[in-house]
Amino acid sequence: MIRVQTEDFDPGAELEAFSAGNGKVGGICMFLGLVRDYLGDDPEKAAQVRGMTLEHYPGMTERQLEAIETEARSRWPLHDVLVIHRYGRLDPGARIVLVATASSHREAAFQSCHFLMDWLKTKAPFWKIEHTEDGDLWVDAKDKDDSAAARWDQKK
Amino acid sequence: MNVLYFAWLRAKVGMGEERVVPPAEVVTTGQLVEWLKARSDGHAQALADLKVVRVAVNQDYVGWDHPIKPGDEIAFFPPVTGG
Repeated sequence: MIRVQTEDFDPGAELEAFSAGNGKVGGICMFLGLVRDYLGDDPEKAAQVRGMTLEHYPGMTERQLEAIETEARSRWPLHDVLVIHRYGRLDPGARIVLVATASSHREAAFQSCHFLMDWLKTKAPFWKIEHTEDGDLWVDAKDKDDSAAARWDQKK
Repeated sequence: MNVLYFAWLRAKVGMGEERVVPPAEVVTTGQLVEWLKARSDGHAQALADLKVVRVAVNQDYVGWDHPIKPGDEIAFFPPVTGG
């Protein structure tokens, strides 16, 4: 299931409801992404980010996320998939994204959760603008995200 | 056709969406870019370096030689930074 929304979500409640009542589920893996309070890769620049705004392409976002979910389900035996991605203005510490996968065994849950995040990073049409002490900065895409996504091209 | 711009491309072009009717010889995404660049300085700046621009036709990623036709939704945007 894919949800794209401005509202916050409760990870505990989502986890509780996720695959509730499905006795075949033996393991759930969940990734939660948060807004950092520092710029780039340097934690020493802490507190420079006052927040960010996430923009997306309504329609294409849902379409791409659904395609990524379909791909994950074709690669691993999954009972359930949940992707929640927020957009709009977010403060440091705010939740941005949740990905959860449920399978009978842990390996499929771990791998598919990792895969979903890596592909989401490079395919879902979201853009971040950081609000900093020096003004607003569009976040650049990172090469390491491309290589993280590409490693799943070789694996099955 | 409907052309959409996102993130810093929208800021440079000065609008998020426009309806355009390019001449009949404009039949690929790459040719549309060349035609759009002549519309304003903002368009020319936004579309100057295609290495940092992605294009989608009807909400699917495509390349610069992809065919386009009247009625298509064509979006230009930077490499994505979600998650």
